[in-house]
Amino acid sequence: MAEFLRLAFAIAGKDIRLELRSRTALLSAIVFSALVLVVFNFARDPTAIAAVDLAPSVLWVTFAFGAVIALNRAFYVERENAALDGILLAPVPRSALYVGKLLANLAFVGVVEAVALPLFVLFFNVSIGHALPGILGVTALATIGFVSVGTIFSAMVVRTRFAELMLPVLLLPFMVPPLVGAVQVTSKLLAGRPLSEMVGWLRLLTLYDIGFVTLCILVFPAVVDE
Amino acid sequence: MTPELLAASRIVRRGQVLTILGLLAATAVYVIALCYTPMEMRQGLAQKIFYVHAPAAWGALVAFAVVGIVSILYLWLHDERLDLFAASSAEVGIAFSLVMLTTGPIWGKTVWGTWWTWDARLTLTLFLFFLFIGYLALRAAVQDRGERARFSAVVGIMGLVLVPFIHLSVYLFRTLHPQPVLLKPSAPSMPPEMLRALLSGMAAFTILYIGFVVLRYGLARLENLREGAGDAL
Repeated sequence: MAEFLRLAFAIAGKDIRLELRSRTALLSAIVFSALVLVVFNFARDPTAIAAVDLAPSVLWVTFAFGAVIALNRAFYVERENAALDGILLAPVPRSALYVGKLLANLAFVGVVEAVALPLFVLFFNVSIGHALPGILGVTALATIGFVSVGTIFSAMVVRTRFAELMLPVLLLPFMVPPLVGAVQVTSKLLAGRPLSEMVGWLRLLTLYDIGFVTLCILVFPAVVDE
Repeated sequence: MTPELLAASRIVRRGQVLTILGLLAATAVYVIALCYTPMEMRQGLAQKIFYVHAPAAWGALVAFAVVGIVSILYLWLHDERLDLFAASSAEVGIAFSLVMLTTGPIWGKTVWGTWWTWDARLTLTLFLFFLFIGYLALRAAVQDRGERARFSAVVGIMGLVLVPFIHLSVYLFRTLHPQPVLLKPSAPSMPPEMLRALLSGMAAFTILYIGFVVLRYGLARLENLREGAGDAL
């Protein structure tokens, strides 16, 4: 188990180092998320709908779009010079490769979200101070869910034509349960509702994470092995 | 004629026969629905679309379940025929979903007063439809046959797991859609004539589903042979 984690962290470390050195994809994803927030600001009528009613959906649509942009990158870097073949030749279990990629993507999407959240507070003037720990928790739960699915899909679509178009088409249906759950929990948190109203959604999010991370680890070899 | 070609053509012929049988059965269902079922008290004539809508939904769900199950079998056995069968089932499922998604709003507009509502079952089937559009789009975008089969099997399996999650997440909203009238613990809540028409509709669409899938599967086998022949030249 320690060996497995060491290998997974090695893969994740390699991806994160690579990204920190070039920074192009990360910066574009962050700028893209900021732009989505700005566009949303013009799409609402502040006199008709209170910011706090619209806020959860705006936040989560931004996170979702930012994540799709960020995930496109995950296996794209492995395509050049057949870098993936090199990793596959190394004595690394396929599951460790998947978990490593998942960790790197989580870090990557996490950074995008960490920048988008303060921007969101700034642009929409929503006070989230009292709900911040809860929002961070539900963000982690939902992000693990759709990034686990997105990681496996990005490994597939990179081998297709129109990769950047294929990923959202495949991934968005899978984003529905985590997004719906996250929007519901976020709006209840902002409204200061008791925890008992969110338990069902939190259970759903946890179940989704466990279910899809396990399933992805099981089917990932079918994606990379000839 | 090689044995494979003979086998594939035989499958196509069988599919044609089954499709014609299914179409005849569907016609019979229309006649039964229009002439031999009682008029629903509040919905009137609009309710007749039910005998097409519900069986089409049934066919679509069967088609998508088959994709998921056959995908699991593919990753286990790695038989190319299983992949072709799953793809055929997905295409037929999309056709049936389109019937369901067009008849539904027509009925909904008359009875609920709205074309569309974000109710649990409507949302679920809509996302199933999108999921399988994605499945077929992915197939079209992958060149290598082995890769295409493996990728689509993965999406098929993930789709099967996704269904209960979408269902759970949309079920928590209040639902406008009629509650189950057939598969529920108590006796079916409709007159026997209606029930008979519904069940025969489901039987007709099941035959139609099998016919379409067998036909499509046979054609896919033929396409594969042609591709193979092209490679050999």
